[in-house]
Amino acid sequence: MSLLNVKDLSVILATNEGPARAVRNLSFRLNRGETLGIVGESGCGKSMAALALMGLLPEQSETLGEIKLDGQNLLEKSDAEMCQIRGNRLAMIFQEPMTSLNPVHTVGHQIMEPLRLHRNMSENEAKAEVLRLLDRVGIPNPKERIDNYPHQLSGGQRQRVMIAIALSCQPDILIADEPTTALDVTIQDQILELIQTLVREEGMALILISHDLGVISENTDNILVMYGGCAVEAGGTAQIFEELIHPYTQGLFAAMPKLGRARGGRLVTIPGTVPDLMGLPMGCTFTDRCPLATEVCRNTPPPIVEVKPLQFVACHHLDEARTRKTEELFS
Amino acid sequence: MTTESNSVPVLEVHDLVRHYRLPRESLFAEPGHVFALNGVTFEIHKGKSFGIVGESGCGKSTLARNVMALEPTDSGSVKILGKEVVGLSFDQLRPLRQHFQMVFQDPYGSLDPHHNVGRIVAEPLAALGAISKAERESRVHDVLLSVGLKPQDVSKYPHEFSGGQRQRIAIARALITHPELIVADEPVSALDVSVQAQVLNLLKDLQDEFGVTYMFISHDLAVVEYLCDEVAVMYLGEIVEKGRTEDLFETPAHPYTRILLDAVPKPGSGQKRERIKLKGNVTGQTEQRVGCAFQDRCPMAQDVCREIKPPLSPVAKDHLAACHFSDSMTEKR
Repeated sequence: MSLLNVKDLSVILATNEGPARAVRNLSFRLNRGETLGIVGESGCGKSMAALALMGLLPEQSETLGEIKLDGQNLLEKSDAEMCQIRGNRLAMIFQEPMTSLNPVHTVGHQIMEPLRLHRNMSENEAKAEVLRLLDRVGIPNPKERIDNYPHQLSGGQRQRVMIAIALSCQPDILIADEPTTALDVTIQDQILELIQTLVREEGMALILISHDLGVISENTDNILVMYGGCAVEAGGTAQIFEELIHPYTQGLFAAMPKLGRARGGRLVTIPGTVPDLMGLPMGCTFTDRCPLATEVCRNTPPPIVEVKPLQFVACHHLDEARTRKTEELFS
Repeated sequence: MTTESNSVPVLEVHDLVRHYRLPRESLFAEPGHVFALNGVTFEIHKGKSFGIVGESGCGKSTLARNVMALEPTDSGSVKILGKEVVGLSFDQLRPLRQHFQMVFQDPYGSLDPHHNVGRIVAEPLAALGAISKAERESRVHDVLLSVGLKPQDVSKYPHEFSGGQRQRIAIARALITHPELIVADEPVSALDVSVQAQVLNLLKDLQDEFGVTYMFISHDLAVVEYLCDEVAVMYLGEIVEKGRTEDLFETPAHPYTRILLDAVPKPGSGQKRERIKLKGNVTGQTEQRVGCAFQDRCPMAQDVCREIKPPLSPVAKDHLAACHFSDSMTEKR
């Protein structure tokens, strides 16, 4: 049995203009020790899916489907039960380490909080554990840093503190939502390396959420590509990068400027703009920007087809998407 | 660069220095300084794109503000079309501003939400002095078309547009005075990948159409490689390497450039890549050190790096690097 089994997860947010479906029928599995990357642009539902897993969605929202952790459906848990699961079994790292740390408490105090609450440690035990954790995430001089406030740390160090908090209760699954987007490339490199090492050594499963195909490609075993709330393509990372099939995945990859590519060529662009959740078509959410779209795409959700072992694509026009080159598609 | 070396460069920056004074920590102590720019020299020729890359805190945005004459400069010179702008008063600068315009990073913060698009885009025309209403309207109309917006959009407000469209409005505003130089400070960093590609292609097309010169600041090396003819890599307020994009990306002559290039994740390259990793982060903006600025983080640092500051010196044609060991860097490849 998989550690985490998400089936037909839908998240519906109540907005002023009516209900918005932020996540549509998302299904995936995650085993112990595996890393899953969720990639997509803003508004594709990747963060909402993560918040749904953590049970941290805004109050005016509705969650449908199943999130099974070791066979237990998290959506049926009470708030008190979820409090026990968050931190102990699932932990999350957020994008902006400055806003997710409390500026008026020392970092030591903030790492100690889950230790005292979840692991019932005494103050002294907790302090020793904080020193160990700070050392573990690679912060030099933990003894001095423990009394620092977040503003005294650099962006990379703050993110390390966030990771220490997430690790404090030895979770089974670590969810990292754009953990390095606010950081410089060299610091990003360090943080991703740290997350990789920790996940491997602690035997955790990792869900890494990013808009950057490069980050996802280098740090995960499996990928889920999302657009407009739906998973459009999923499978093993190596397989997917061997052949990108869904028109959106192809377009996204081609639109990315890549190092080492000769200058002078033009980037492929996907027409239109990142969609608003309101007014997306009932069928395939990519219809309005897709060069292959026909009437059937607008009204019928595409079937999820296992194109190759370990590669699933949701598209009505699979054959055409596979035979035509990306440049041809988006010209 | 080689063919037009006799013509006047659009932008000539010479030994630009900018230090910010920090508040006094005590009544008797000397106040500290942030050494944001420590002598930056470069020039950009007409119709070329010059990229400036570096991590946060390397002084690239300070450089943009000083080139745009938006804040006083400590010393050095900035010549736009051969005319010195450092030391000019605000009134003296005003008529000159039509020649150099800026595009900012955040398309949400840089457009006034109370003004409609027509007013936002037409605003720089005020610097040109009296201009008839018909002329103004026709120029707004033309410039909106050239950035891919509809002329009917003039009466809309910024909140009605997406991020990519807002950045088009910002580009239209910069373009309306027909400037020779556009300084773009991270213009695509806030945009999604699919929209970023549209804006990058637009910037390229506008260059082909109007022959504008770009000074393009970015932390994203792949974007700079795509758009720029020449690149300068900055570290702690100094240019550590400069050259034609192809040369610099193919044979980096400074270890920092090499490490930056290696740190960029590459999609589809597999999980394991051999590379040098950089320890620590950008430090020491508040101290002026002896020797090389990069010595604390450099994997190749020797005693000489801590004693003598390496000058920016040529390693190949049109390719300069400030490293004692740049010869061995270029040989290795």
